[in-house]
Amino acid sequence: MNLLRYVARRAGLTVFVVFGITLITFVISHVVPADPVVSYLGEHAPPDLVEKVRHQMGLDRPRHIQYLFYLRDLIHGNLGISIMDNRPVSRDLAQYLPATVELSTAAMVVAILIGVPTGVVSALYKDRWPDQVARVFALGGTSLPVFYVALLLLGLLYSRLGILPGPGQLGIYTPPPPHITGMVAVDALLSGSWATLGDALQHLLLPAFVLGYYSAGLITRMTRGSMLEVLRQDYVRTARAKGVAEPRVVLRHALRNALLPTVTVIGLVYGGLLSGAVLTETIFSWPGLGRYVTNSMISVDIPAVLGVTLVIALIYSVANLIVDVLYAYLDPQIRYT
Amino acid sequence: MAGGIIVACFLVIALAGPVLAPHDPLAQDLGRRLSGPTRDYPFGRDSLGRDVFTRVIYGARISLVSGTAVVLVATAFGIVTGMLAGWNGGWWDESLMRITDMFLAFPSLILAMAISAILRPNLTNALLAIAVTSWPAYARIARAQVLTLRTRDYVEAARAEGATDAAILTRHLIPNAVAPILVQATVDIGNIILISAGLSFIGFGAQPPTPEWGVMVSEGRRFLMDQWWIATFPAIAILFLVLGFNLVGDGVRDLLDPRLRKL
Repeated sequence: MNLLRYVARRAGLTVFVVFGITLITFVISHVVPADPVVSYLGEHAPPDLVEKVRHQMGLDRPRHIQYLFYLRDLIHGNLGISIMDNRPVSRDLAQYLPATVELSTAAMVVAILIGVPTGVVSALYKDRWPDQVARVFALGGTSLPVFYVALLLLGLLYSRLGILPGPGQLGIYTPPPPHITGMVAVDALLSGSWATLGDALQHLLLPAFVLGYYSAGLITRMTRGSMLEVLRQDYVRTARAKGVAEPRVVLRHALRNALLPTVTVIGLVYGGLLSGAVLTETIFSWPGLGRYVTNSMISVDIPAVLGVTLVIALIYSVANLIVDVLYAYLDPQIRYT
Repeated sequence: MAGGIIVACFLVIALAGPVLAPHDPLAQDLGRRLSGPTRDYPFGRDSLGRDVFTRVIYGARISLVSGTAVVLVATAFGIVTGMLAGWNGGWWDESLMRITDMFLAFPSLILAMAISAILRPNLTNALLAIAVTSWPAYARIARAQVLTLRTRDYVEAARAEGATDAAILTRHLIPNAVAPILVQATVDIGNIILISAGLSFIGFGAQPPTPEWGVMVSEGRRFLMDQWWIATFPAIAILFLVLGFNLVGDGVRDLLDPRLRKL
């Protein structure tokens, strides 16, 4: 019952925060010095046409009315028309979001695969050389400029050595899979187009690694910390005393419990990946939200910018909500605060 | 320890920049553009014939000043917000912390891009944008500190002596709450340097010809495979400075977390 009440309160807060997010995005977009009507029509448009379009866009109304209209449209899933490509922003988002989700999820997998084992090794060999190496490796991930690493690996592995495919989701000669989820690799898998799947995974490898290595540092740190905590618990000592083999103690007794806090960090990391994807997508010509938002910002496409910012903040808030609920579920102490 | 040495080195480089730098960071020499590292030009020349070594040195100033400025603004704003919320409680607390939550929901890079695109992209706007997304963390820490410290005996004593709220906050609470805020700041500063370099790289931060490391990597990206020195040296500089701050942050955290020290 307590948990339910906590979840309800937390969900209510999220709704409130989302409402605030719409307000913030709206305010930011309306202090814009560049006139969206002019950037849409060009500088030499006749004044009466400018007025007409301004009216069409609702930009001649008072600000608070504009915000109410914006909210009304939002509830109907209408994010406005993109100035850049003249299509509904919601349709653009539906088109670009899957690629970003695909990349971030792949990066998440990479981050976990790198982060958890590194953290475990680091904790087992605390203050000895494997720990030092693991910590430098993890810190390196959070300290490297992602954009340079992406350029370097792309240059070396694609341009120079030709081991991995170049930018984009698929090679130009690979037939795209039928549209099911919009995520190329997933669609290829679902439709059984194995050649396409192989190509898609090869294209995914490098950007996912670049993006994932960055987040691996945080997971390493969490895993190390909670492993150290768990390893000195009585039940670990008991297991050892019973004569349980060391690998089994580490994996079954310690790691299982140590992973709880790590799981909750993963939600936060995922939100970070979504925004980290911006830089990665720009370099890998990945047709996701990051590239879309960069282009719409360059052309001051306000509805598009608002839409993307809103959707990402929304995903971020929902991820936070899930993390908090998960945490409360795993750790009863939290519920009473 | 190693982190401290790295950061100290960069501080010296930044402070002594004009003395250390052998050339003018903006002086072009198109005749010798893209020429590789030599004794006089240890990091080579870029696509406009400028000395990469000199530009990397000047970049240290920009990055250090950027990181420090953002952290200062964010901590100041965060401390004030957090203290007001924690000290006054009730309605103040609810409303200020909900506003904090809203800003916390924005991924920093995206909001920073939106703000700097809308306000015209330049370094100041980019830094302002990063500050806007960094302060909520400090507000939360400051609030938590005030909540635990406000019932301490010395606060009661000060109040009994007739000290005003403002005096208690500035004389007693802030000095005692500063440790965890400092930890957050050291951990943050490397990340801020990284984000601002990233923003400059995609054109939403410092603009050419500023000798900013992100801009330099961006300018050198076309030549990366052949004239590798143009982008690589500024990238290495970013790596080391950020690594330095992260190492310091790690060390400070371990030092202040007695649970970890005991192990």
